[in-house]
Amino acid sequence: MTGVEGARIGVITFPGTLDDRDAQRAVRLAGATPVALWHADADLQGVDAVVIPGGFSYGDYLRAGAISRFAAAMTSVADAAQGGLPVLGICNGFQILTEAHLLPGSMVKNDHLHFICREQVLVVENATTAWTNQYEAGQRITVPLKNQDGQYVADEHTLDELEGEGRVVFRYDGWNPNGSRRNIAGITNERGNVVGLMPHPEHAVEAGFGPDAAAGARQGTDGLGFFTSVLAALVNA
Amino acid sequence: MGRVVVEVMPKPEILDPQGKAVVGALPRLGFTQFTSVRQGKRFELEVEGDVTPEILAAAQQAAETLLSNPIIEDVVNVFDATPAATAVNA
Repeated sequence: MTGVEGARIGVITFPGTLDDRDAQRAVRLAGATPVALWHADADLQGVDAVVIPGGFSYGDYLRAGAISRFAAAMTSVADAAQGGLPVLGICNGFQILTEAHLLPGSMVKNDHLHFICREQVLVVENATTAWTNQYEAGQRITVPLKNQDGQYVADEHTLDELEGEGRVVFRYDGWNPNGSRRNIAGITNERGNVVGLMPHPEHAVEAGFGPDAAAGARQGTDGLGFFTSVLAALVNA
Repeated sequence: MGRVVVEVMPKPEILDPQGKAVVGALPRLGFTQFTSVRQGKRFELEVEGDVTPEILAAAQQAAETLLSNPIIEDVVNVFDATPAATAVNA
């Protein structure tokens, strides 16, 4: 890849995926070319980065993300991620990344047992990953949150390790919407190329469709930074 | 027809919101004896023929790789539960 113009970003669709088209749109609005990838196809078509979008893959019937982990596309993603390919998992995509052991911990049902849908303020804790380098550490962004199994859990040792290595990428600001340990909303791997989070940046990329903002109702575009970040990371790679 | 049962429970240190909801509802129905409820999963895996040690070992492996997530769950039981009426050597 020689520049942003040529960047091709894959978006994987599983049975039950909901947010693949929104993720493709976010990629396009950031200035790259979205490439639709199919879960049963091991060929990643030479994409420069991969988004695993939200939804309810396989209905979440066993556990959120549990069955998708074994998809042919995920085997290729796991291999490519070891080689540094930027991978972003959003909501169910985050759950798939933990089930695939590309990120530590797991998600369980929200502590209040309700499905939740709200505009969520996040604190950007790590602005050096492939997906967050266009933000500033400490910046607050507002993106939609919608989930049933969004409570991030890990053992104390893992949580200490994540904190110590700066791998907590996002924390919930103010109220913790699902009981996640230490208010964690998103994390990254050691290398910073794999990021997973529960809230949905791909739903906050175009004025008129995103969360409310100072400029007016539905004007929020705070999520676009994820997709411009990965383009910046690819250019600098 | 042989049957293997796999039982999976949330780890003790993991908050079990479903169990908590159930323990909250029990006293409303008059069941005041129960101070804690944990909710797990039971899988019934059927095979042609007998449940051999190899079948049990495969079920154990399936339990640890797919049927449970070791970060949040424990496999507490994997056993031959072939119904007596259909067991060849019953």
